[in-house]
Amino acid sequence: MTATRPSARSGVDRPAGPSPLRRLLPGAPATAGPRGSTLLRHLAGAVLAGALVVLLTNQLPPYQNLQVARVCAFLCVTAGYTVLVGLNGQLSLGHGALMATGAYTVALVQRAFDERGVQGRWILPLSLLAAVAATALAGLVIGLAAARLRGPYLAGVTLAVATLVPAVSTIFTGVFNGEQGLRFPAETPPAFLGAYFQPERWLAWIALLAALLTVLLLANLVRSRFGRSLRAVRDDEVAARLAGIHVARTQVLAFVVSAGCAGLGGGVYAVLTATVAPGKFPLELSLFLLMAIVIGGLGSLAGAVWGAVLLVTLQDLPSLLTETFSLSGGLAQRLEGNLALAVFGLILIVVMLAAPGGLHGAVRTVAARLRARRRVPED
Amino acid sequence: MDRFLFLTFGGLSTGAVYAAFALALVLIWRAARLVNFAQGAMAVATAYVGYAVASATGSYWLGLGAAVLAGLLLGALVERVLMRFVGHANPLNEVIVALGLVLLIQAVLGMVFGNGYRPAAAPFDTDALTLGGVAALSPYDLWVLGAVLVVVVLLALLFTRTPIGLRMRAAAFAPEVSRLLGVDVSRMLTLGWALAAAVGALAGMLVVPTGLGLHPHAMDLVFVVAFTAAVVGGLDSPAGAVVGGLLVGLILSYVTGYLGPDTTPLAVLVLLLAVLLVRPGGLFSSAKARHV
Repeated sequence: MTATRPSARSGVDRPAGPSPLRRLLPGAPATAGPRGSTLLRHLAGAVLAGALVVLLTNQLPPYQNLQVARVCAFLCVTAGYTVLVGLNGQLSLGHGALMATGAYTVALVQRAFDERGVQGRWILPLSLLAAVAATALAGLVIGLAAARLRGPYLAGVTLAVATLVPAVSTIFTGVFNGEQGLRFPAETPPAFLGAYFQPERWLAWIALLAALLTVLLLANLVRSRFGRSLRAVRDDEVAARLAGIHVARTQVLAFVVSAGCAGLGGGVYAVLTATVAPGKFPLELSLFLLMAIVIGGLGSLAGAVWGAVLLVTLQDLPSLLTETFSLSGGLAQRLEGNLALAVFGLILIVVMLAAPGGLHGAVRTVAARLRARRRVPED
Repeated sequence: MDRFLFLTFGGLSTGAVYAAFALALVLIWRAARLVNFAQGAMAVATAYVGYAVASATGSYWLGLGAAVLAGLLLGALVERVLMRFVGHANPLNEVIVALGLVLLIQAVLGMVFGNGYRPAAAPFDTDALTLGGVAALSPYDLWVLGAVLVVVVLLALLFTRTPIGLRMRAAAFAPEVSRLLGVDVSRMLTLGWALAAAVGALAGMLVVPTGLGLHPHAMDLVFVVAFTAAVVGGLDSPAGAVVGGLLVGLILSYVTGYLGPDTTPLAVLVLLLAVLLVRPGGLFSSAKARHV
């Protein structure tokens, strides 16, 4: 404290020294300066990734484009989820229910406009914004409770939240239409793209935009003062508090941010099929999401991308197997759904036991080892 | 009033099952300081074994024995093969591995037995007997209450009156010191898991006939309720788990009876949150909650 004061008083334009919290960051500290601003760097990355995916969608057939769209929708959720679990150490099992909140909000808003005969391009972004707001509010409520709970208790409470979706949709049948769920007008490509523009490609673009925005915002958030507070709270609450961080407020905010992302992802997910039903948000969805962020490496946004891709592709595994090995009907029916479940469960266990850093961490470790081995002969 | 009595008796009977299930959770919490989120899936797996044996031999009691035996084996297996190797650096790791086990067990059950509901016959009549004009307990309810009571008494005797129970308590309470005194702590841990899974298996066999039947997801909600019961009683207290189970069973019975069955999950969440926010250590704890 006293050491920094003289330089501050003399007004020397000294570059900000590395914060003591910097050691909490994985890897080398990314100081602003030679590598430019963090925001610009992330923005360039996002634009590049977006351009690549847009080029990709121009080549793909409809079903694959829908898969891309689903990956992007799940990426919104997993990115926010991994920040909460990996960087803040709060294990929520209720993110499937938060996705449902976002999805139902989109459906209700779109239906409200549709019933009044209002149409327009602005309804979709408005409904998605409403989904983020509603889910962030739900996240605030859960987060306020969560900030007082630890480890298994928080997991138990959020597990109870995840079982709530079918119950709520049945209790308020008048609003949510019970098991049947809600339909709303499907999103169509705008006229200027041509009459024969593939609708799935348009959906993929919408989902892509949402995913890029989410990841960009989170990437900057993680690198900010708030991101460092998140990690400090995760690693040692007492030390974080001594360092002047408001522990409970940080935890609640982390939950709100994560919930908002889940709401956006859920909303986009609903837009892809123009329907919502409680059956789409079962308890396993929350466990699938957990698998996605664990396999990618907890707390890593790049890992969240891996996870979202695997989440979508692995669910097609049974049909792929059935086609390749021409399995009998009975066996195929039993594998349907269950095989993906088994693979997800195995992945969760094996990754936690063998490589707690996840795929991303494993790749990094292997790369570091290879580099070290190459260095040995030089000595 | 008749309805109230009917709901009370029904609540006590389902509460007894929740109590047994919560007891299984508390056993593992005391032995290993972790909440076994795979308890429900493990109980379903043993219930499948039990009913497969029961339908093959035609005897419910052989099936019950097979389920409890399968529970002992499964519990020991899970501890020896999985939980032993989970890193303890982060308390979330154990929860995540347990959840992976849930997915795996449910998927394997679905692949082997199919995803449909399988009928599970009760060994006794499930229609309520009328006592002085009031519908009271059914013979099956009496069997459930009796079975849970016997298990609770046996566990209490095991832990307080036998050398092995003393060793188990010592190993959980002070592992280092116990090891110095010649207690095989790792075997006690395995034994704790086996016992807990056997109690869970019994609870599973008891609860399945009262529901829609046997199904890979039959225990999802039961687990959440049992977790609530264990939290109400305090995760550290076996007596609390029993009282918590009965209490939660009664409350849910009234809620379901007066407000409709769809409100059950909502009531569970409200109850869980209320207990955790007002008395985080459970109703029967004397320990102070941690505050930062």
